[in-house]
Parts: sequence; C-alpha cells; structure tokens
Amino acid sequence: MAKVLVFIDNPGQALKKASLELLTIARYLGEPAVALIGELHDDVAATLGAYGAQMLYRPSAADLDDYLVGPKASYLAAAVHAADATVVLTENSAEAREIAARLGIKLGAGVITDVVAVDADGTAHKSVLAGSYITTAKATTPVAVLTVKANSITPEPAVTGTAPATVTVEVPETAPAASARITARNEKAASGRPELTEARIVVAGGRGVDGNFGPVEDLADALGAAIGASRAATDAGWIGHDAQIGQTGKTVSPQLYISAGISGAIQQKAGMQTATVIVAVNKDAESPIFEIADFGIVGDLFTVLPQATEEIKKRRG
Amino acid sequence: MEETLKIIVLVKHVPDAQFDRHLTGAGNTTDRSESILSELDEYALEAALQLIEARGGEAAGNRVIALSMGPAGAVNAVKKSLQIGASEGVHLSDDALAGSDAAATSLALAAAIRHLGADTPADLILTGMASTDGETSLVPAQLAERLDLPQVTFASSLELDGATLTARRDGDAHADTVEATLPALVSVTDQINDPRYPNFKGIMAAKKKTITTLSLADIGVDPAHVGRSGSWTAVESAEARPARTAGTIITDEGDAGIKLVEFLAAQKLL
Ligand SMILES: Cc1cc2nc3c(=O)[nH]c(=O)nc-3n(C[C@H](O)[C@H](O)[C@H](O)COP(=O)(O)OP(=O)(O)OC[C@H]3O[C@@H](n4cnc5c(N)ncnc54)[C@H](O)[C@@H]3O)c2cc1C
Repeated sequence: MAKVLVFIDNPGQALKKASLELLTIARYLGEPAVALIGELHDDVAATLGAYGAQMLYRPSAADLDDYLVGPKASYLAAAVHAADATVVLTENSAEAREIAARLGIKLGAGVITDVVAVDADGTAHKSVLAGSYITTAKATTPVAVLTVKANSITPEPAVTGTAPATVTVEVPETAPAASARITARNEKAASGRPELTEARIVVAGGRGVDGNFGPVEDLADALGAAIGASRAATDAGWIGHDAQIGQTGKTVSPQLYISAGISGAIQQKAGMQTATVIVAVNKDAESPIFEIADFGIVGDLFTVLPQATEEIKKRRG
Repeated sequence: MEETLKIIVLVKHVPDAQFDRHLTGAGNTTDRSESILSELDEYALEAALQLIEARGGEAAGNRVIALSMGPAGAVNAVKKSLQIGASEGVHLSDDALAGSDAAATSLALAAAIRHLGADTPADLILTGMASTDGETSLVPAQLAERLDLPQVTFASSLELDGATLTARRDGDAHADTVEATLPALVSVTDQINDPRYPNFKGIMAAKKKTITTLSLADIGVDPAHVGRSGSWTAVESAEARPARTAGTIITDEGDAGIKLVEFLAAQKLL
C-alpha cells in the first residue's frame, strides 16, 4: 500500500480543517503518516490518531521556524525517506507551496499545486488560468508532491483510530547555511472570523466602501462570513493586505461570494470566479462584475448592505 | 568605492489576461499568441533598477540583465525590459524547451544563470511573485534550491546594506523581517513599488542594447532533461470551464437588501 506523508507546519492547539482534509485524502490514497513541525499538543496527537495516522515524524532541530523555507524542506525530504512515502500532501499556502517546490527538487519529484481533488491512482485535478480551465495532471516521478486547496473534501475520521508512534527525523546540519533568517516576527491579531480561504461565505468590499468597512463587516458577521477586499481597498490601507482577493491576493472558492463596491477587474475576478454563487452590489450598472454575478443589485452598498443585515437578523428572530 | 552589483531579473512572456486565454495542443500548453511581459515581473525589474540606481547606476559599473526563457516571441519581454531600463538582455530559446514544467524550467534557468555568471557570478536573482499564466510560484523556490542560494520570496520591501539584504514578508498570521547575505534569490510582490513605464528616451536607448540568444547547447543542458519529456509532471486533460453568465440584475428601489436576503434564502445560503 502506498505510504502517504502529510506535512503539517505548526498545528498549534488544534488541527485546522484543511489539515483534517489532507489526512482524509491521505487515507483514501494509502497509508497515512504525518511529518510535523512545532509543538505536538495532546489533543492534536489524539486527532491525528483518530484520522488514521500510522506514524508521526518530528524534526531533531527546534529552530526551523527561524529560517525561510530551506531547512523545512530539508527536514521534510528526510521525513519522506524515513516514511518511504510515494505521495506527499501539503496545504496550498504560499509557504507550503515553496516548501513543496524545494522538496520536489531534493527528491526529483513532480510538484502539482492548487489541487482540488485527487483520484486513487494519484491523478490530481486543478483549475488553471484563473479558473477558466479544469485540468488533470499527474507526477511522472516515483514520488509525487501535491499541494491541496482547502475545502477540497469533507473531513472524516478513520473507522478505526490508531495510536501512532513518534519518530524523530535528523535535520541535515547544512540545511540552515544557505537560508534566509527570520529576524523579526509580528503576529497579527486574530479576527475571530472564519479564515478567508476556508470560509463558506465571503463578503468583500472594494473602493466603493470609501474607507468604511462597517457595512461589509456587519453583513459578514450576520452571515458568519469571512471578509475579503479588492486591491484598491487594501492599497488604500482600509483593511490589511491579507484580505486581498485576486491574482496577487488570495483565491477563494466559497459557496457564496458577495462583492460590494468592487468593479470586477480581471485581476479581481481571478480570485473569486470559482465561487458557487456570486452576488454583486454596485452603483454602476456597467461594472464588469455584473457579467458574472448570479444576482446583481445596481444600488448603493451603504443602503443595500445594512438593509440585508437587518433582514437576516429579523428572520433569525 | 562600493562594490558593483550584477542583478539578473527573470522576465516572462505571458498571455495577456485582458483577453480570453487558451490551452492548446497535445500537451495542453498555454497559447501565447497575444502575450506581454508578465506584469508581476515589472515589479522585480523596478526593484533591480532602484537597487543599482542607489549605487550610481550603470555608469558605476552596475548591471541589470533581463533573462527570459521562451519561444521566439519571448524576446519581446526582453525588449520591453530593456526599454524600461535593463542594461542588457538574454533570451534562452530552444525548441526542446516547449512544454517544460516548473522543475524543467528551473533546471534550464539555473543553467543559464550559471552560464551568465561564469566570469562574475550574479549577486542577486530577482523574480516576480508568480507568473501570471502558470501562477504556481514554484520556479523561484526551485531555482534557489538548484543554485543553493538563500531565498527571500514574496518580499514586499527590500533593502541592501553592503552584502546584507533585508526584506519584509507579509504572511497571513504574521509579518516577518527576513535577512540574507548576497548572493541570494529574491521574489517580490506587487506591494513593493510602482513600476516605471518605458519613456521615449528609454525606448531609443534600448535599440542600442544587446540581446544575447542562448540555446540549450550554449548552457550545457541535455534536451532530454527539459520540455515535456523532461518534465516531472504531465497535464493529461484540460477542459474549458463554461464561462459564467450574468444572472438576475435588479435596480434598487428601496427594498434591494430584502430581495437579496430572499435570493439567499431561495438558494439555501442562509
Ligand atoms: C499586476 C496587477 C495585479 C493586481 N492584483 C489584484 C488583486 O489581486 N486583486 C484585486 O482586487 N485587484 C488587483 N489588481 C487591481 C485591479 O486591476 C483593479 O484596479 C482593482 O481590483 C479595482 O478595485 P475596485 O474594484 O475596488 O475599485 P474600482 O475599480 O475603482 O471600483 C470601485 C467600484 O465601486 C463602485 N462604487 C463606488 N461607490 C459605491 C457605493 N456607494 N455603492 C456601491 N458601489 C459603489 C463603483 O461603481 C466601482 O465599480 C491588480 C492589478 C495589477 C496591475
């Protein structure tokens, strides 16, 4: 049976949904093992067992977070050898993709990014050219490295859980030599809202909010949604850059995307046009966003959004 | 006197996203008929120019080399880079390169960079954060791995003090300050600067600049290691997604917020 190694970078106190998805896919492809960086909390260890992890690998070095990517890739390569894995699964974040990139070179392994589904034979499905094509691709090498987007599968625990053994993997000492060092880290405050790339609903605001994200936030909170933004809004400093959706921001595929005061430039559409349902609120009937909206409202977001928020609250009693 | 800088900027010729983009042929590769210099590479070019200008520019012996790998048309990306201000251009072009995935691309680019560094190695390799067609962001990290260079990717600011490079990298949970020693590989985001446009003077000056064409033989790469056959991944099928069409559009008559909620309820999205 194929050995599948799931890479989880600093799980913290509890596993993210995206990690549970990776474990579920791993079980479907073969026998799952986990390569971890960072502290292993009891709850996390128990969940990894419940999701069928047969082995847990941890690095011999504790300073991997002090460097940018290189040493993490070296550790992961060593873990792949230790696990004798033929498939490696990671999340699709910028950093995970870069670790996958370097791992691919170290192992002579094909890397496929932005994966949304994997067949039992390793064929990966992904969307390309800003969601205008769906492709299938396969690694032609003995080992395949896949970075999988969040919301690709419904996570399910294994029928029979395990109590995985923990093995320490030696990180090559040369690894940090040619690496950039992280000299300062500023943690960002957690918003309490769902994570943007994982959210089922996203409410996004653009230049049209004119510095006031209040109506967008209120609607998002009424819907339990994450908040997104166009580049015009992030460039103006009205909201953090990490909220940017689009070609140079995040790609989201939620069930519902509400676009408010965003014109719908091609670079913005690139990040949201695979949403299942798109709603647009914009004053200008000529805005390109209306070409792809399932429900479009030509109107002022400062009246439409608060009215919708009130109505949702009323219906919920 | 300060040391001079030799910077190689990778520039890619990509399909213009303003038009419909297509995959063609047996390998489902991107149709490049209406292509431009990848907008995201303009930020890398600008960053390179700012770094050398701070050290006296070309007059002081600093150089910015624009390097593009791609079919015949890709030379246009190099030309545009020269118009913007690069000192010289290099076009790596070989039929055997067609259909290369990130691994094969990084193999060829690494060999080209070594070739260009035979006399004086480059101090800095600069790239955009992603190509606007492949969008994988794999190539910069794979190049760093192949060249055994520190990678400073997704830099949203960049400073150089002697041989020490300091950059800011904006992540989801945290923003980091990153430090590396030259030589290094850096990819920059679109937050880093405002790229300049080519002006008349630049366009005229570009005509006098050299563009060197390199083949795989020139850089010592076996054609079997690149292209579709040398790639480590294969695209097996591609299906155009039906274009999204417009749905219902209403004009607010005072009750659009309520209609919006009715729509969401009907779609079972509440
Ligand atoms: C290399 C590159 C990368 C880029 N990457 C991205 C990216 O990742 N994401 C991104 O978003 N953009 C990106 N852009 C920028 C993109 O081209 C657009 O400039 C940007 O998306 C515009 O943002 P906007 O729609 O908020 O602003 P605008 O285009 O100015 O649109 C604002 C809209 O708000 C409407 N409006 C104003 N007031 C109201 C009101 N009270 N109620 C309702 N509607 C109102 C207006 O009618 C208008 O349609 C990129 C550009 C480049 C060159």
